[in-house]
Amino acid sequence: MSDQKTLWNRLSAEDRPILFAALFVVLILAIGTAYTLTTQGTATLLSPTYLLQQLQVGAFLGLVAAGMMLVILLGHIDLSVPWTVAASAMMATTVGGPAAIPVGLSVGLLVGLINGFGVAYLRIPSMIFTLGVNAVVRGLMVAHTGGFAPQTAATPLMQYLAVGKIGGVPVALIVWAVVSVCIVLLLNRTSIGRYLFAIGNKEAAAFLAGVPTRRIIILAFCLCGMLSGLAGTLLAGYSTKAYQGMGDAYLLPAIAAVVIGGTHILGGRGRYLGTLLGVILIVLLNSVLSIMQMPEAGRQVIYGSVIIVMLLVYGRTEKVTQ
Amino acid sequence: MSGSSGQRRSLTNLAISLKQNAALITVIVVFLAFYVFYNLNHPRGFSTAVYIQNANEVFALAMVAMAQTIPVLMGGLDLSVGAIMTLVNCLASHLINGSPAQMALGILLCLLAGTACGFINGCVVVYGRIQPIIATLATGAIFMGLALFLRPSPGGDVDGDLSWVFTNDLYEVAATYGFAQSGEAAWFTPIAWIPVPLILLVLAAVIVWMPFARSITGRTVYAIGSAEGAAYMSGLGIDRAKIAAFTLGGFFAGMGGLYLTLQTSSGNADIPQAGAYTLNSIAAVVIGGTSLLGGVGSAIGSIFGALVLRTISFNFRIFEIDPLLQPLFEGVVLLAAVSLGALAVVRVKNTLELFR
Repeated sequence: MSDQKTLWNRLSAEDRPILFAALFVVLILAIGTAYTLTTQGTATLLSPTYLLQQLQVGAFLGLVAAGMMLVILLGHIDLSVPWTVAASAMMATTVGGPAAIPVGLSVGLLVGLINGFGVAYLRIPSMIFTLGVNAVVRGLMVAHTGGFAPQTAATPLMQYLAVGKIGGVPVALIVWAVVSVCIVLLLNRTSIGRYLFAIGNKEAAAFLAGVPTRRIIILAFCLCGMLSGLAGTLLAGYSTKAYQGMGDAYLLPAIAAVVIGGTHILGGRGRYLGTLLGVILIVLLNSVLSIMQMPEAGRQVIYGSVIIVMLLVYGRTEKVTQ
Repeated sequence: MSGSSGQRRSLTNLAISLKQNAALITVIVVFLAFYVFYNLNHPRGFSTAVYIQNANEVFALAMVAMAQTIPVLMGGLDLSVGAIMTLVNCLASHLINGSPAQMALGILLCLLAGTACGFINGCVVVYGRIQPIIATLATGAIFMGLALFLRPSPGGDVDGDLSWVFTNDLYEVAATYGFAQSGEAAWFTPIAWIPVPLILLVLAAVIVWMPFARSITGRTVYAIGSAEGAAYMSGLGIDRAKIAAFTLGGFFAGMGGLYLTLQTSSGNADIPQAGAYTLNSIAAVVIGGTSLLGGVGSAIGSIFGALVLRTISFNFRIFEIDPLLQPLFEGVVLLAAVSLGALAVVRVKNTLELFR
């Protein structure tokens, strides 16, 4: 009894969410496998092909969540993700040719730059400024496409990055892995990473300590925009074209993945490994629920309940006592 | 002598009051300017038909904006208002029919359901100690799921008379239920043009919001938004105020959902629509002069914020702006509106004042 208690206490506040999220992933796999064993007599979920396929789908969410985490670490949020994803995809397919992917990334970068400027220099709360930017980008895209799905198709390179495989490993998964390594290095091995945490903890203190807070905030929003742009470009490759609302399904799951992974929603605390596990958890949960042929209604309820239960275990804030 | 000093004092008081309510007055002026402009350019401007149509289009958003205001005043955010509205909408599409007594019970149950959703939000935030924004993100998903259980596909059976009455003017109310000589009585004429949703809006503000804002619980909500630690040290009932704030928010969102049912005569568990209402409610709150940092603002301002948002769309309609450009204009107006507050940054002399 006391041993267990010390084990739990020995884990730092940042390790607990990661351990718990990992346990939950195992639990989901166990429940899913038990279900497929009883209904179909096979353990589909545990086959490497199936897992790789799920991770390939999860890569798009993973890219968005990675960018979102940088912004949340600052204590901000980026609500412009849905139309950044869609706009990057649409512009990339419109331009086509070898310039498609750079254009997709630039669109994301541009949106991030505007977001960062509004938040860092105009000091408008990110919640409302990015919401406005999202509306403007949506307006631009509706004007550009005429309100219909654009007829242009994704370039072969985009399709290759999204659905291609190298030695059985999906390329999208490799892209996600490379981005993940870069983010981990950025957060843990560079001064910029340390600044992100410092600003998230106490912006005024970071400013007084000589951190170029405004430039760091702009940089974080730019990276978030660019990663959303990358996700949009790959997503267009995955479905061979861009369409309205293709980014809508990524905003809330990305925030949820970051928060389930133990990053504090008000900034300053969090580890990238947690975000990674959060994404895997959400992707697997979705796939197990679709194997069980759960209707949308049940999915929503389970989805919400999982977030609450996870946060009740380790995401509770301190009680205000002074 | 004493008279002039008394006059001066009341003038000073007026000046202070104007300064304190500058944001509210601005949004009211902006709304009136937009709305008069709209009516001047409308072929049937300043007519009852136009008022009724506009009041119908604005009511649900105004309610959801009021619902959003209260958690925002507390320094939080409620991402589930759209979902609560949708859940009540789906519930009402099952309940609002039958005999008058059954309908009255149905309306009561719907309002109770909205209130209960808000209460659950409050409990998760207070006893679960989860940040409001993420807690309501999760409960919003749950409410949306329940709405989908109730209405897997759009539809519903709503009493026609009730729906007609609630989306029209007082004249139609009298004509439908046969009082004031079916609306023809002389004393009734001056008020016969008033749209029913407008009356409901004023009632919600005067009977529900104002007493709440003046109560100890209401003042505690403002105090929490200004400085939660100070509010705690002053011995205010923080937990109770937080739960009350979310509960009242749920009640307003439920009103919005109930009205949406009467307006559309159906229930529709539309996830994008719920999201749009939630996001627009935040915009309306900000335009209405409530600070997202908490402690400053009022639900009355949010009503006018919702009115401004909707009036802008009305103007697009009569000027026949290319429908494809409308979302862009709406976005630019929204972005400009929220950026107005940023002008204060220019006046800041000490950079440290920026970090709040």
